[in-house]
Amino acid sequence: MATLELLGFGQNGWGALLLVATLMTLAVTATALLIGAVLGTLVATAKLSGNVLLVGLGNVYTTVFRGVPELLIIYLIYFGGSSAVTAVGQWLGYEGFLGLPSFAAGALAVGIISGSYQAEVYRGAYLAIAKGELEAASAIGMNRTLRLRRVVMPQVLRYAIPGLGNVWQLTLKDSALISVTGLAELMRTSQVAAGSTRQYFLFYIVGGVLYLLLTSFSDRVFNRAERRANRSMPAAAMGQA
Amino acid sequence: MDIAFLSSAMVTLLKAVPMTLLLFSLSVFFGGLLALVIVTMRVSGNRILSGFAKGYIFVFRGSPLLIQMFLVFYGLGQFGVIRYSFLWPFLREPVVCAVLSLALCTAGYSAEIFRSGIRAVSPKEIEAARAIGMSGFLLVRRIIAPIAFRHALPAYSTEIVLMMKSTALASLVTVWEVTGVAQRLISQTYRTMEVFLCAAVIYLVLNFLILQAMALLEHSLSKHRRAAPPSAVKA
Repeated sequence: MATLELLGFGQNGWGALLLVATLMTLAVTATALLIGAVLGTLVATAKLSGNVLLVGLGNVYTTVFRGVPELLIIYLIYFGGSSAVTAVGQWLGYEGFLGLPSFAAGALAVGIISGSYQAEVYRGAYLAIAKGELEAASAIGMNRTLRLRRVVMPQVLRYAIPGLGNVWQLTLKDSALISVTGLAELMRTSQVAAGSTRQYFLFYIVGGVLYLLLTSFSDRVFNRAERRANRSMPAAAMGQA
Repeated sequence: MDIAFLSSAMVTLLKAVPMTLLLFSLSVFFGGLLALVIVTMRVSGNRILSGFAKGYIFVFRGSPLLIQMFLVFYGLGQFGVIRYSFLWPFLREPVVCAVLSLALCTAGYSAEIFRSGIRAVSPKEIEAARAIGMSGFLLVRRIIAPIAFRHALPAYSTEIVLMMKSTALASLVTVWEVTGVAQRLISQTYRTMEVFLCAAVIYLVLNFLILQAMALLEHSLSKHRRAAPPSAVKA
């Protein structure tokens, strides 16, 4: 069974490398999601601030990074970031080309994209909070920080879970594009395995199946999280969500 | 900012716009047709057909487009059956592979969008149509399809904007569309920011035009929802 040997964990097998690559995909996606969470929160806050300048900046961010192909943004961060690093290197007296590490560049680029989608998720979740609850919190004398911590954040997180699930899936699939920077994640490793064994069909099918496992598994995790976050809600409202 | 460089980069990139538009229009067209087939199977009530449609949607929505595209471009040529068939002269072309994988992928997403549109058709409207004797294809053509399409339109316009962005992946299977040309320009000149700005403007304008066209379509399909303008109401 030549196929089994190719996919196995033996000397000629790609099993171990594919497994590591799958973990790498998870790691880079999780990092990107975290970067996106920070950026998304900032952008959502800017868009909700009511300040003309901040709202404008927020709109530019979400329009540009949701409207321009992901691949182009990865090129911008990877090549642009590398030339910036090289410039800093020259300034410090180092001659020659310095590259941005592909993990950092990839996670940052996909994180920026993820942030533009997350911003809309958080904004929607904030707007879903009943006005009366915010007023009630102010009425009993909560200050802004306390209100944010006790009333706003828990609800934003709860309302945001379904949207975040979608963003995670999107980010997971976008992470395949990081392969152009040479990072040995799942896509790149399938590509290398396919090229060096000439078994293109086999390895792209296996890579695809591993992605399907990741997406369907994370779908379950998010469904469970949603059920858990809504456990105190009446059953009827849960059915709607 | 170097205006001369910006304008020459813009001219180079604009020459690649027809290829991007070709990829986009062909894959939206074929993807739309395929989505209609898949959604028909999905709502058919036949367990085998709807099971197949579910599997199709799961596979094409659950894996990255890039791996699907590489599977088509590199994977298919591996089989003698395909290499020596009448299809090979077509499947050898990168553009055909790109359109094929874009269409297969968008069909999965669009089928789900169309299905949610169909589910939004009120059962009462279908009952009414049946009561006056409509059935089968007539019912679909006159009642279900127009209402479902209108409901699906906002989500579908988001999907085709995503399609426009997805055409960028064709550059990785050697099709010279806007992103591919931009990448080549960047590696020749190392002026990442300027080239990115030009390419970004092109994509944003294209997406803006798509969204405007879709909004116009939505507007013209929902005349009945707007009150008649005051001048049209006779005293």
